[in-house]
Amino acid sequence: MQITVCVAVTPSTETKVKVAPDGKSLDVAEVKFELNPYDEFALEEALRLREARGEGQVEVLTVGDGSQKEEIRKCLARGADSAAILKADTSAADSAAIAGALAARIGAGASQVVFFGKQAVDGDNSQVPAHVAVALDWPLVGKVSKLAFDGDSFTAQREIEGGVEIIEGRLPAVFSAEKGLNEPRYPSLKGIMAAKKKPLEEVEVQLEAARVTCLSLGLPPARPEGRIVGEGAAVAAEVVRLLKEEAKVI
Amino acid sequence: MEPFEGVDYMNFDSLLTEEERMIRDTAREWVSRRVAPIIEEHHRNATFPDELIPEMAELGFLGASIEGYGCPGLGGVAYGLIMQELERGDSGLRSFASVQGGLVMYPIFSYGSEEQKDRWLPPMGEGKAIGCFGLTEPDFGSHAEGMITRAEDKGDHYLLNGAKMWITNGCVADVAVVWAKIDGRVMGFLVEKGTPGYSTRRQKHKFSLRASVTSELILQDVKIPKENLLPGTENINMKGPLSCLTQARYGIAWGAIGAGMACYDAALKYGADRIQFGRPLNSFQLYQRKLAEMITEITKGQLLNLQVGRLKEAGKMHPSHVSMAKRNGCYWGLEIAREARDMLGANGITDEYVVGRHMCNLESVKTYEGTHDIHTMIIGQRVTGLSAFAN
Ligand SMILES: Cc1cc2nc3c(=O)[nH]c(=O)nc-3n(C[C@H](O)[C@H](O)[C@H](O)COP(=O)(O)OP(=O)(O)OC[C@H]3O[C@@H](n4cnc5c(N)ncnc54)[C@H](O)[C@@H]3O)c2cc1C
Repeated sequence: MQITVCVAVTPSTETKVKVAPDGKSLDVAEVKFELNPYDEFALEEALRLREARGEGQVEVLTVGDGSQKEEIRKCLARGADSAAILKADTSAADSAAIAGALAARIGAGASQVVFFGKQAVDGDNSQVPAHVAVALDWPLVGKVSKLAFDGDSFTAQREIEGGVEIIEGRLPAVFSAEKGLNEPRYPSLKGIMAAKKKPLEEVEVQLEAARVTCLSLGLPPARPEGRIVGEGAAVAAEVVRLLKEEAKVI
Repeated sequence: MEPFEGVDYMNFDSLLTEEERMIRDTAREWVSRRVAPIIEEHHRNATFPDELIPEMAELGFLGASIEGYGCPGLGGVAYGLIMQELERGDSGLRSFASVQGGLVMYPIFSYGSEEQKDRWLPPMGEGKAIGCFGLTEPDFGSHAEGMITRAEDKGDHYLLNGAKMWITNGCVADVAVVWAKIDGRVMGFLVEKGTPGYSTRRQKHKFSLRASVTSELILQDVKIPKENLLPGTENINMKGPLSCLTQARYGIAWGAIGAGMACYDAALKYGADRIQFGRPLNSFQLYQRKLAEMITEITKGQLLNLQVGRLKEAGKMHPSHVSMAKRNGCYWGLEIAREARDMLGANGITDEYVVGRHMCNLESVKTYEGTHDIHTMIIGQRVTGLSAFAN
């Protein structure tokens, strides 16, 4: 069974965000990049599926400028069999363009299952999995928190507001992983040593022109300083009044 | 707590290969996620985190530089980086890995018979068998060669008598590498748990390396089969145990700097948040002088360790190189820990913060595997050609 995991390499969640002088992109000068945290669950689920089947190949795909190599190598160290970086200038790309490149590659191969993280923590768009599913004409189950396979059919669980939704379907299919879908493994030393010898392809691709453009990127306004109304039970009524009339939150 | 992002003042990472960085990052992340949250509790209760042994094994941290037998066969620098990260978590954890890999698997690998290697190396790498290394005795520490423990060749077996002290992992070990004399020559023997006459006693009430098991080994007419002699140690006397110490000391050099990094990181973060006289502590000149000293020594220590590691990989490392790195790492690791303890004020004496624990731990690390002064004399001997040890 061929399994594909699509990953993004994104700024570390510890990044102190600075906007570049162009006013619409991130200043990456001091940014540490790492595998998008949700993609760790996607990769782990793919590895477990392969292990449960006792056969199969897990391929990791990303679209990027080539600087993603080290993080992709880590996916191989965790246990993926091969990887490809679909190389393109992504500075102006939108989600559909990225998805187009991924879908073309997946569609041309023999993959039966595609895993994504539910969103990439840079743009937080959650769009690529849906675009890919549409392009392949495969079903998509998003934000999966539990997944089981039985032959060609699957049962997926999703957390929804106030409940749990159980979904059944058949492969081929696209899944996007919610945090907690599994406990991702660490790359073992043997895995890291073996990763060197696994294929990591770089393929030049042409991205479609973006149909949406980012106009500006800004930091949220600084929070105004708090105000101390007073102390003790006596001021409770005043606090409630302020929350109601000034802050308008209750 | 904010995650540990590493201490890299001078683009040290650019001197590492991608693979080395990846290995270091794995160890770093594992320590942050799995060790940091539980280690204080173990330190408080004086217990070793046994629950982490299978994970360390799974990741390949036990016997990481051993070639074959299911072990990863890492290069010197990658191995050192793992030790650095483990000790950033706790010296006890690094000690466990050092003893298992450097002091037990290494001599079995280097001096053992094929049967001994096949029997012990795979389960030790998998964390299913634990080892300890018995060299020090109650009356012979730095002067280990004076050991009293004896082995007698009884024809079809050896008979061991003596006592060892301060033995890391002693009580929990399935196998002990015991150094004993036959006709004045030091040789290594494998003594298995449960052998009649062989018993262990836990050494309690330590204020250092609390999250590590330290024990006495008592050997009273212990009969061991002939095939339990490490055959390669038969004719090399103290070279046997010393060669093991060189391996473990090499890891300690990295580890002690790792503990220093943890303390520097703690002091830097504390000084950013703690306001006195209306300003963060980090803004005071005296506070900055301390941070500057710490980061300078960490950087020098990293570079020294790296060079020793590269020499090790090239097969050109001399024990006196390791002495310099061990001495330097422990000295500065401990100084940094002490300074950080001071910089955290009263908070520095509680176990809510890591610095007091590292400070106490490093006192052991400075002493074991050759004290600071013993390494001073090894360096002195190398440069002068004169031995200052004795007579
Ligand atoms: C927590 C812990 C774990 C340990 N684990 C192990 C283990 O697993 N296996 C093992 O075999 N041992 C172990 N040891 C023992 C350790 O290696 C010894 O403590 C160390 O070698 C020092 O020996 P000593 O304590 O007898 O001190 P001593 O040798 O008595 O030294 C005391 C002081 O005298 C100084 N000194 C000694 N000789 C000279 C000299 N010629 N000139 C000048 N100064 C000198 C020393 O530098 C030191 O300052 C452990 C120790 C500790 C604390």
